[in-house]
Formats: sequence, C-alpha cells, structure tokens
Amino acid sequence: MLENLTQSFSKALDRFRGPGKLSEEQVQEALREVRRALLEADVHFQVAKTFTSRVIERLIGQERLDGVTGVQQATHAFQEELTRLMRPEQEALPKNPGHPMVLLLAGLQGAGKTTSAAKIGLWLKKRQNRNVLLAACDLQRPGAVDQLQQLGLQLGLDVHAEQPGPGVDPIGVAKRALAVAKKGRYDALIVDSAGRLHVDAALMAEIQGMHQTIQPDATYLVLDAMTGQDAVESAKAFADALPFHGIVLSKMDGDARGGAALSIREITGIGVSFLGTGETPTDLEEFDPGRLAGRILDLGDVVGLVEQAQEAVEEKDRTQDYMRMMQGKLSMEDLLDQFRMIRKMGSMKKMLGMLPGAGRMSGLLESVDDSEFARIEAIILSMTPKERLHPEVLDGSRRRRIARGSGTEVSDVNRLYRSFQQMQKQMKSMGKMFGGGRGTKRLLKQMQSQGGLPSMPGFPGVLPPKKKH
Amino acid sequence: MLGKIRSGLGRTRNRIQHAVRQLSGDTTVPEALEALEEILYTADVGPYSQELLEKAETAFADGTLLNPQALQTWLQNELEVVVLDPGDPLLRKQEAGPTVILMTGVNGSGKTTSVAKLVFWLQSRGQSVLVAAGDTFRAAAVEQLSTWCERLNVPLIQGEKNGDPAAVAHDAAVAALSQNVDFLVFDTAGRLHTQKNLMAELDKISRVFNRKIPGAPHHSLLVLDATTGQNAVRQAKLFGECVPLTGVVLSKLDGTAKGGAVLAVGRETRLPVLFVGLGEGVNDWEIFQPKEFIQALLSPRS
Ligand SMILES: Nc1nc2c(ncn2[C@@H]2O[C@H](COP(=O)(O)OP(=O)(O)OP(=O)(O)O)[C@@H](O)[C@H]2O)c(=O)[nH]1
Ligand SMILES: [Mg+2]
Repeated sequence: MLENLTQSFSKALDRFRGPGKLSEEQVQEALREVRRALLEADVHFQVAKTFTSRVIERLIGQERLDGVTGVQQATHAFQEELTRLMRPEQEALPKNPGHPMVLLLAGLQGAGKTTSAAKIGLWLKKRQNRNVLLAACDLQRPGAVDQLQQLGLQLGLDVHAEQPGPGVDPIGVAKRALAVAKKGRYDALIVDSAGRLHVDAALMAEIQGMHQTIQPDATYLVLDAMTGQDAVESAKAFADALPFHGIVLSKMDGDARGGAALSIREITGIGVSFLGTGETPTDLEEFDPGRLAGRILDLGDVVGLVEQAQEAVEEKDRTQDYMRMMQGKLSMEDLLDQFRMIRKMGSMKKMLGMLPGAGRMSGLLESVDDSEFARIEAIILSMTPKERLHPEVLDGSRRRRIARGSGTEVSDVNRLYRSFQQMQKQMKSMGKMFGGGRGTKRLLKQMQSQGGLPSMPGFPGVLPPKKKH
Repeated sequence: MLGKIRSGLGRTRNRIQHAVRQLSGDTTVPEALEALEEILYTADVGPYSQELLEKAETAFADGTLLNPQALQTWLQNELEVVVLDPGDPLLRKQEAGPTVILMTGVNGSGKTTSVAKLVFWLQSRGQSVLVAAGDTFRAAAVEQLSTWCERLNVPLIQGEKNGDPAAVAHDAAVAALSQNVDFLVFDTAGRLHTQKNLMAELDKISRVFNRKIPGAPHHSLLVLDATTGQNAVRQAKLFGECVPLTGVVLSKLDGTAKGGAVLAVGRETRLPVLFVGLGEGVNDWEIFQPKEFIQALLSPRS
C-alpha cells in the first residue's frame, strides 16, 4: 500500500550513504524529494511541509555519532518523526467505558461506516466477549438498514432497526436503541449513522444531536484510505462538530498510499484507531504507528512478521544461521531453507509485503505466485551440495546442466544467481546497519524474546528482478 | 454545477492575485510559486503540478505572467488541455438493439446512486431503460437498487444472493433484447482494483454481454469519488485493463473536494469525464463542463 512512499524514502536515505556529514544544502536537496513523494502519496500539503522541515532541522543540527552510519542516523530521524506524526493520543477503544459501552460512527458518504460498525461489533464480541447491539441509524441511504440487519444476522450480532418512514428519525432510533441496550443484557452498543457532508449544516446539527442524546464513550470518524487532500478538510470540519476518539481508516487493503493516515493527526489531533483491511468482517486491525512507520521506511514489519511466523513455524534456534547470513555468508541451502519456511506460513504476498527491502521489489510482489517459487525450488534442488554452499562455482556449463535438470531456462538460473548475489550484499549491509556482530545479536535476541525469529530478511531478493533500481 | 461555481469565482481571482502580488512586493518568485503549488496540490492535481510549476517559473522569469489576469488565463488554459471534453453525443445510442452501460468502481464510490441518476437522466430524454443488479455480494445491495428502481418506476433484473453476476448479465441481456429497451444499465459490486479475481469477474461480465449483444457493453463507466487522491490514477488504469472504459463519472463533487485527480487520470489514460454527481438525489447529476470545473478547481474551498 505504501510502496511508492517507501521507494522515495529509500532513495532519500541513499544520499546519506557516504562517509561524511552532509551539508545543509545536501540535506535540503535530499528532503525535497521526500516532500514531493509525500505530496504524491496524498499527504496533506501543510503536513508535508512541516514534516520535512522538522527532519531537516534534526539532520542539520545533529553531529554524526560514533559507530553509527549516516543512513542509520537518517533512518532513525525519519522513523521517529513519522511515528510522532501518526501516534494516536489514546488506545483504540475508550479506557473506562460505561455500561453498556456506547460507540458512535460518523463520516462522509461511502466511507465504510456500516461495514466498520459490523467489524468493530465482531471485534468486541470476539476479543472482549461483549454482548453487542448494533443500531441502524442510517435512514437516508436506501437499503442501509437492511444492510446492517443482514450483517448482524451473518455475524450473530443483534441489531436494533426500525424501517424508515414518517415519524422515524435517526435520533429517535438511537435513543430507543440505547434504551434497549440498557434494558437487555448488552454490554456494547454501536451506532451506525448516515453518511453526510461536513458542509451540510442541517445534517451536521443532526449528528451533534445524536451525540448529545446517546453520550457515546467514543465517537469515531470513518475515513476512506484513498481520500486525497480533502481528508484533512473534512476531518477538520467533523472535528469541529464532534469530539472524536479516533479514526477508522477503511479500505487499507488496496494500494492507496495512506497519506491521510500521516496527515490527520498532525492537523486535527485525532489519531487513527483502527484500520479496515478487507471486505470480510474480520478484516480489522488496531493501528500501530511504529509499525507503519517502519513499513514506510522499508525496515520491514518485523513485529508483524514475528507474529505470523510464530503461528506457523516450529521453533528452532536460528541465531547462528542469522549471524552467519548477516555477515554475507549466505548459501543456496539457506535460501531454500528460508523459502520453504515462508511457504509453510502461507499467505505469501502478505508476508513478502512485510519483509525488509520488499518496497524496492514492489513491482515484483504483484507477480509473485507459488509457481514462481516452485521454479526457484527446482533450480536449487538441481544443484550439487557443493554448488549450493558455494554458488560462486556456477559457471556456464554447470548452469546449463542445472537448467536442464530443473526444466527451466539458463536465463532463469542466471537471474536466480544474480538475485542471490544481490541479496547477499543486502544481508551484509543490514548486518552492518544493525551495528555489526553485536548489534545483530541484540536485534536477534530482541526478536526472539518477542516470540520467535522472522524468516530471513530480504527474502524477496531471490526473485528475479525485472528491472534495476 | 454553474451556481456552485459562480460564488467561488471572485475568490479565485483573489487567490491568484495574492500569488502575483507577492511577486511585485518584496517577496520572491519562489514564494509566488509556492502559493501556486499549494493551490494545485490541495486540489489533488498531483505530480502534474510539478510540471506546471516549472512552466510557470519560466513564464515568471519572462515577465509574462506578472499580472493576475494573465496568470488566471494561463492556468485555466494549461489545465483545460488536460481534461477532455465529454464529447457529443454523450452515451451514443446503438442504431439497433439495446445499448448496454456498465457501471464500475471501487467500494462506496457512488455506483448504485449514479445508476439511479443516470436512469433518471435517460428517462427524461425519453429513453426506455432496464436496470440489472450486478452486485450480488454486498449485504442489501439489491434492496438499495430496487428501492431506487421502484422510485423511478423502472424494471430491475436481479439474480440470486451471492450468485454469479455474469449470470445476472446474461439474464439482463436476454430481457433487454426481448423487451427491446433503449438502454440497459448494469450496476456492479464495489471492488478494489487490486483484487485480481474480482477484476476478472468484471471481464467475464463484459464477455457475457458481448456474446449476447454485439459490441456490448457499449459504455463502461468508472465512478470516481471526487474526494479520491492520487489513487484515482491506479483505479482508472487497473479497471481500464479489465474492461475498456469509455468515461468517468465524478461523484460527490458537492463537498469541498475539488476532484483534481481527474486531471491526472485524464493525462495518464485520456479518459473523459462525462457526468458529475452533486448530491444524493436523482436530480443531482450534470453533464461535465471542463471550463467550469477548472474554475471551481482553482477557487478556494467554500
Ligand atoms: N453527497 C453526495 N453523496 C453521494 C453522491 N453519490 C453517491 N453518494 C452517496 O455515497 C454513498 C455511497 O453511494 P453508493 O451509490 O451506495 O456507492 P456504491 O459505489 O454503489 O457502493 P458499493 O456498492 O457499496 O461499493 C451513499 O450514501 C450515496 O448516497 C454524490 O454525488 N454526492
Ligand atoms: Mg452499490
């Protein structure tokens, strides 16, 4: 989703690769590109400006620390500022909710309120074991009431609904839903509301009235992740009308660059609470700014990776292997090992998206499928043990033999070899980036204490790169 | 569209005047450029802004743009080149047999509402219309569309819940032929352009139509939400790879969003905007007017 942003960040970071300290001018030059990339990722104009000037200030004022590379230092600055930009003020759910806990959803038309209401309902039911009541207060859009009712039925959540008609107004429905929730054995009420424009004074007054009546523990602004500059505009107006607890950013499963996520907190003070990541009711995630910032900077979503790896792979201490690999001593055996591990974890593309360096390969990720991996596996399996351990011996005739043996073309073998080399280099520089031997060990320890080791960083490097970057 | 734009016009000039006034005072060309940059980027014009700014910089240096009127005209012209005139006639009718219109777009962009608006527009031009509910997936999507069809008094073809939309397309084509309607409007389920299998489903729908009615679907429209940022370009490209798009419907232009992303879409795909949506009622629908659109785009948010 954030590939393009990631690419321009890594381009900017590349400029800090040299040994010396950058001049003020050089820093500004590097950041100009970042600013442009932010704008092209739909980050709000003002926010892009503030962000870059903050980073510039930091990088210019900073002395180069001992034992730290320029890239490391710049990465650190970027990551901290990005995280700071997005950090929510509070947890996704209200801290000390009443009984029942009451949540209200509001937003523009088509933002995804109804789907989000159902998703949050399911979340509360599953994770907090709450008995949830949904209230269908969108009487405006045809079929909206039916939609929530059908979702409730499907998910086993009760719905308070009244068919739209004369004498039925949304505030009344909300009020009666609250009464039902209080009387029944419900411990959460989620109120869906009609989509409205922030410039529609009558409808904004209506939602204020609804808020006044039901006094929710938290009100969320539901926002489409594909929104452009207007996101901040509408969020500002909504925030003037209602006290929001947080934002539900919907449709994050597409390829929207998520610039809105970066902008809204800075301008309105409202942080993102939840991300909607698909059409299925379980596709809801708690927002984690550090994780997102890491992903943008292409450090890989290490935590996410660990979590997934944990579920699928039997534990084995791989610290030694990783140490060796990060020194650039990589073999085709490692490649195969890693590749099988990832395969076992399934959900290939999701995993790849989380791996460090994946942003640079974004074009490739699109085309990766299991048959591609099957081909790579066949090639490695056709190598002799010696070739696997020391791929540098692969000359022309060996490559021809391997291609024949694996039913592939020599060009496939060549590509794999080139990718292998590239990855070897990448691993080595990553090892350095984490501060050489000791830093690597520390990082690995930390990952382990969090429950497991990720699969090998930089794995996408095995895929035949189609273009240079 | 016109009414909404007039009120903004005076202020447009002010904003550009402001940018230019800075030039004549003790402020610098970079500052005026920055003001211009803000106008363009906050309207979602996107990367193309950069090109325009470079052009403007050259023109500033020549001294040709140093008055508000000149700058206004220059910008207006530059931008108008990019948006394409919707052309005439809109949604050309087949000489024989039903003309099929396919409505596509991402989730929540305004497809179903645009179907209703379009039906109303066709009806008011004396055309007979049949509607088909190709969204068999989203909860209550059919209920939503059937409510509109009842209000508009237009027949609706629907299939089974969670059934194959291509089957609905088939039934709709058969019905359109036998009832000999002028237009068949087909609503589809919202889908993200990154979902390959759902995009393939669109392709299947359009092939089913083509088998039944030569050349169908004759018009495949992409409904774009005016609040969408640069992602609009991805949408237009990827939907376009799946069904040959013929035009854009720009919905929700009644808010504060400028819809400038259609400039990027126009540049990258040459897709014209045909209609704009200006509200939730069937009447809130107008033919796209490039000149007015650009004027509104350059005006400050109301
Ligand atoms: N203000 C405004 N609202 C609009 C406009 N067009 C559609 N809407 C609203 O946007 C919301 C979504 O519209 P739909 O027509 O249901 O969108 P859709 O693309 O069919 O949605 P899915 O089928 O769920 O993907 C509804 O609340 C509509 O009333 C418009 O031009 N202006
Ligand atoms: Mg629809």
